[in-house]
Amino acid sequence: MFSGFMIHAWTVATIVAVVAGLVGFFVVLRGSAFVAHAIPNGSFAGAAAASLVGINTLVGFGVFALFGAVSISALGHRGRHDVATALTLVLMLGLGALFVTLSVDYTPEVYSLLFGEILGVSVSQLIPTAGLAFVCVTAIALLYRPLMLSSLLPDVAEARGIATARIDLAFLAVVALATTMTVPVVGTLLIFSLMIGAPAAARSFTDKPLNAIALSVVIALAVVWAAIALSYQTNYPVGFFVGTLSAACYTVGRAWAASRRNANSGRAINPPASRGEPATGRITLNA
Amino acid sequence: MSAQLAAIFDPGFFTSQIVQVAATVSAFAAIVCGTVGVFTVIRGQSFAGEALGDISTTGGSGAFLVAVGPLWGFGVAAVAAAAVMELIGIQRPRGRDLATGIVLGAGLGLAALFLYLDSVNHSTTGATVSIVFGSMFTITSSAIPAVIAFSALAVCLVTALGRPLLLSSISPELAAARGIPVRFVGVAYLLALAIAIAIAAFTIGTILSTALLVGPAAIALRLTRSPARAIAAAAAIGIAATWLSILLAYDSYDWYHQSGKSWPVSFFVVTLIFLGYLLAGLPRRLRRQREIAPELPRG
Repeated sequence: MFSGFMIHAWTVATIVAVVAGLVGFFVVLRGSAFVAHAIPNGSFAGAAAASLVGINTLVGFGVFALFGAVSISALGHRGRHDVATALTLVLMLGLGALFVTLSVDYTPEVYSLLFGEILGVSVSQLIPTAGLAFVCVTAIALLYRPLMLSSLLPDVAEARGIATARIDLAFLAVVALATTMTVPVVGTLLIFSLMIGAPAAARSFTDKPLNAIALSVVIALAVVWAAIALSYQTNYPVGFFVGTLSAACYTVGRAWAASRRNANSGRAINPPASRGEPATGRITLNA
Repeated sequence: MSAQLAAIFDPGFFTSQIVQVAATVSAFAAIVCGTVGVFTVIRGQSFAGEALGDISTTGGSGAFLVAVGPLWGFGVAAVAAAAVMELIGIQRPRGRDLATGIVLGAGLGLAALFLYLDSVNHSTTGATVSIVFGSMFTITSSAIPAVIAFSALAVCLVTALGRPLLLSSISPELAAARGIPVRFVGVAYLLALAIAIAIAAFTIGTILSTALLVGPAAIALRLTRSPARAIAAAAAIGIAATWLSILLAYDSYDWYHQSGKSWPVSFFVVTLIFLGYLLAGLPRRLRRQREIAPELPRG
């Protein structure tokens, strides 16, 4: 289980989990689950296009992922991405359907693109994955404060002169990058489940942003490692275990939050949902 | 004249039974999706529609596994997923999207398993593509009665909900104040959405079903503000888009010489709808520019 080709799988999965846990935290915070689903899913068309014209699939992924991010950001207005995201997604998927049909030898690969093939990762995929992961983490570190503020309190951020629209586009670009590095090795499903499930579970346990991010990365790592081990033992697809384990983590998180709320409600009445900036000046996640 | 017509409609287009079945099924799908889709756009539930569509992949692959018709698989999976989403039941839009995402992730996980078992048990790799992207030209006429029944159910449900649904979509608080059971209306609506998605998935494939649900409705709502007119327009746009796509796909057989196969119908549907959405936005944009233009300094 820890020899030969499996070493690559463990390495890549670890990198993917760290990035997914980090980027996913902001996805959940901003309520952009749909975008996080649409960009990885749609950019699979890029891989099909790349195989049709005979260039590196990673390039195809990157181009389509960035196109998706820009299109969603341009078509949606005032933070409402709903319909724009849906239409961008289906446009890209429609192109994907066309490319798959036109390229004769591509059909079996559709499954591995949608559901991942982490056990077939090669050394040549390791370096670009690590490089893009580094870029993602750096970008999030640089954007951290304005991103946090514009996610939690968009009005306050705008009043302080932060260009929320530009931050939004930058964040979508980071999601696109994270997608580009992860989808070719783990599939669109795995990355989406990790980006949503782990951070959502983490937020049930703590209100402090940095703790939540750390916990989100830890949960993502645990889910991925468990999924690979189970997949190795049972021969079932990795995506199945990642999808169900992520959902299970979320369920546990929700149950924990609910039980704590019940325990608290005996002592004090819950304060109403906070409006405006918290008086303490410290950002918590209970907005 | 007839030569030009023959150039547009390739020989055998009108007599082909495959085309007739595809046109019938897609017309019903367009009507149902138009009706349900207008409310999806108003309620901002595109993601729920997309998620139900993706999850019906699970149903489709499960149905393939146990050898029943895909429509039943789509329907059962979509309705079950809608029920779970409602059970998690977070009412704020952000939390609702999260709940949708979690259900979607778990559903896709199951789909991965089923498709894997499909390829192991039936030693075929084609299942993934035909379930995910649909294949309108392989629908048999025996499926039509089920499609009609499902369509009637969804349209009746939305019609019966009628004004309470509209009010609770636009302003849940106002609806609640008037004594409308908002939660119940939401559940019934989600059921109609699940059925619509199942039919759309059957027609143009699971992951493109959103196009038929959200696209025509979004175009229609850009053209008119009246809900009734928007529903009618959305249904008409949906029918126009699917029928034109069937024609284009039928004609496309000899467009790309190396392959010698027709282009997927779903591709044309999606492209036409996307172009329509952009075009429908033009009048408003032009009007806005005309309003702003006099204020701009010249030169």
